[in-house]
Amino acid sequence: MVHVLIAIVTLVCAIQAVRAARLLVSAIWLAGTSALVALEMYLLGAPEIAVIELSVGAGLVTILFVFAINMTGEENFDPRRMMPRPLAASLLMVAGILLLYFILPEIDLSTPGLMPGTFREIFWQDRNLDTFLQLLMIFSGVLGVMGLLEEEKMKKPLSGKERRP
Amino acid sequence: MTISIPTVVITIVLGLLGIGIYALLTTRHLIKVIVALQILVKGAMLALVLAGRMTGSEDLGQSLAITVIIADTIVAVIGMALAVQVRRVIGTLDMRKLTSLRR
Repeated sequence: MVHVLIAIVTLVCAIQAVRAARLLVSAIWLAGTSALVALEMYLLGAPEIAVIELSVGAGLVTILFVFAINMTGEENFDPRRMMPRPLAASLLMVAGILLLYFILPEIDLSTPGLMPGTFREIFWQDRNLDTFLQLLMIFSGVLGVMGLLEEEKMKKPLSGKERRP
Repeated sequence: MTISIPTVVITIVLGLLGIGIYALLTTRHLIKVIVALQILVKGAMLALVLAGRMTGSEDLGQSLAITVIIADTIVAVIGMALAVQVRRVIGTLDMRKLTSLRR
């Protein structure tokens, strides 16, 4: 029963995040979606992932969104879409039907797990390439944050050029 | 009528994936695209945890889910840095105006 309730609220939050006209409201609905997904993961027996998802997905990403929205400002858009809504919805329907038709019968849940071992063993030993790649990604993320904060350096040469003539 | 937990979670996963793809197809705002990507990846993450639980290798699923969380966060950070710089240099975040590459 709790799962059904979480499912409904999660999907409502996700739809509102997509539909909201203001970006700030959209970011807050996204944080709600993230928190509910974290709760569902906790109930599925993955508390470590739930904690990381809650702190990173609902906390850090929301703060970054609010920061970026403040820096870019709200922009008024004309209501035309990238693609007409009926076309997008029908494409989505076709994709879903193909998925259900071709992939769902093939799923075999009776096979045992591929990798035995505890979480710690898998994370640090069997999949240490993943861990290394995560370090690389975090490094590139730091570079991304520096790009986000690059305001001063870009303004100075521009104002210098404006003064010359 | 009883509904099993995997059915409910699969419903969440398919719903999140559908909403994410639909938003990616229709939205024109660069920051909204990042919101759509986040929703999409949350669905994938939940699917990984559920798959790990259902096949009995929970730890493998959780290990992959951590990798996905980190990759997703980095994608969001770099996307937002890109959006801020695009807004500063070109002056708009509208994808249609961006595709025409006019200043």
